[in-house]
Amino acid sequence: MASVTITVNGTPQTREIETRVLLVHFLRDTLGLTGTHVGCDTSQCGACTVTLDGMAVKSCSLFAVQADGRSVGTIEGVAKEGKLNAMQEGFWQEHGLQCGFCTPGMIMAACALIERNPKPTDHEVRVGLEGNMCRCTGYTNIVKAVQTAAAATAAGKR
Amino acid sequence: MYASEFEYYAPGTVAEAVALLGKYGDDAKVVSGSQSLVPMMKLRLSSLKHLVDLRKVPGLTGITESGGFVVVGGMTTHHAVSVSELVKKKLPMMAEAAGNIGDAQVRNLGTIGGSLAHADPSADWPAVLTALDATLVIASAGGERSVKIGDFILGPLTTVLQPAEILTQVRVPLPQGRYGGAYQKLPHPASRFAVVGVAAEMFLDAGGAVQSSRIAITGLGPKVSRASSVEQALQGKKPDAAALKAAAAKAADGIEIRDDLIGSAAYKANLAAVIAERVLARAVARATNR
Ligand SMILES: Cc1cc2nc3c(=O)[nH]c(=O)nc-3n(C[C@H](O)[C@H](O)[C@H](O)COP(=O)(O)OP(=O)(O)OC[C@H]3O[C@@H](n4cnc5c(N)ncnc54)[C@H](O)[C@@H]3O)c2cc1C
Ligand code: FES
Ligand code: FES
Repeated sequence: MASVTITVNGTPQTREIETRVLLVHFLRDTLGLTGTHVGCDTSQCGACTVTLDGMAVKSCSLFAVQADGRSVGTIEGVAKEGKLNAMQEGFWQEHGLQCGFCTPGMIMAACALIERNPKPTDHEVRVGLEGNMCRCTGYTNIVKAVQTAAAATAAGKR
Repeated sequence: MYASEFEYYAPGTVAEAVALLGKYGDDAKVVSGSQSLVPMMKLRLSSLKHLVDLRKVPGLTGITESGGFVVVGGMTTHHAVSVSELVKKKLPMMAEAAGNIGDAQVRNLGTIGGSLAHADPSADWPAVLTALDATLVIASAGGERSVKIGDFILGPLTTVLQPAEILTQVRVPLPQGRYGGAYQKLPHPASRFAVVGVAAEMFLDAGGAVQSSRIAITGLGPKVSRASSVEQALQGKKPDAAALKAAAAKAADGIEIRDDLIGSAAYKANLAAVIAERVLARAVARATNR
């Protein structure tokens, strides 16, 4: 067992956990934040993507103890005061999802992507989201969603 | 999937880390980016009892130029290498390789030292760093030792690293003269590991002929191989399209390739020749323009 303090969506969370608990299980089972999904549990699908100190990572690929003292962002922290953020709005408008299983991970990865590269080309969006799989959409509307969000974010900053 | 139980440590110095490794021997392992070790632990392919996380050890990350070398800390992530201005300018093939490892999430955590220590036979770094003639700095309780990349990897998932040693630095000599390097792979469609990847560093003489070259291939054999037949075929030649094609055709010479789920040995040998030709052409173009 180990005691960890992980700041999740801005709030420090201190818990006693088994060292072998994966970050994704800490989020889902210990904190009850079930927005982060487990698709493959083998580092392939990206459904479990969260941010760790601002960087997109697959939360099934590290232990929660490794995030001790660090900041994690999940899909639950993206909307502010009940208002969808630009990426969520983009997915909504462009129909960037069907079943929605991949969507939390897609949105976390896409937010990190446009933060690094505010004006990506369609190709850069596809390459940037290579670690996220979607079984439904065929990706076209996901690319549109990210571009809509990128444009809205750029316009908002002007 | 759940790993078996283990004790977790996050020491603050290299000395503390190697002391822990020394104390627990084969039952302990270091973790850097987690991208290879954690999956192995989840599959119970590794059932270590003590996990020593290097994330709090200062000085293991970062890229600097010093004394004719580009020095990359062992814990530097693939992402950090891919965006480094120094690397992009001086050793573009390193940035090229780093930016195509796995996907963004894997590159944000995975490290150059972890990749080398893991020694996957399809990994990208072994080929790139062989072509660049890198030296690895390894720390232990007794101090430091340096190992040439060519002596470091012994076979699949096997290196000369001892249980209580940590890879702290990758030192890449800055090439001199008219040099150019390039790396390219055919990525496996699911994992992005190299089905075959070829790295080449070429040196041209004043007349534009090939003075020397170092060419390395990943994905074909049980570990990275030097394509010596290609190097020999290029020696002293004008690197025109015909010469490059003829040399590249020898890419798989002397390498024992096995058929596997990805493709037959014949397919992979052909692929190696095709990729080698493209990589040689790009390396020559870079050398010519320098
Ligand atoms: C989906 C996916 C796709 C990938 N695609 C590619 C790819 O295209 N090309 C490629 O080359 N790789 C690929 N990888 C592997 C990736 O590059 C890993 O980052 C790398 O193999 C291991 O680095 P790490 O820092 O994550 O090491 P870890 O997983 O933390 O450790 C791996 C091993 O190295 C040891 N180790 C780690 N750091 C050190 C150190 N400093 N000193 C001594 N021993 C150490 C550990 O004890 C362990 O045995 C992929 C991985 C995933 C999950
Ligand atoms: S659940 Fe983590 S990558 Fe699929
Ligand atoms: S919307 Fe169903 S998996 Fe992406």
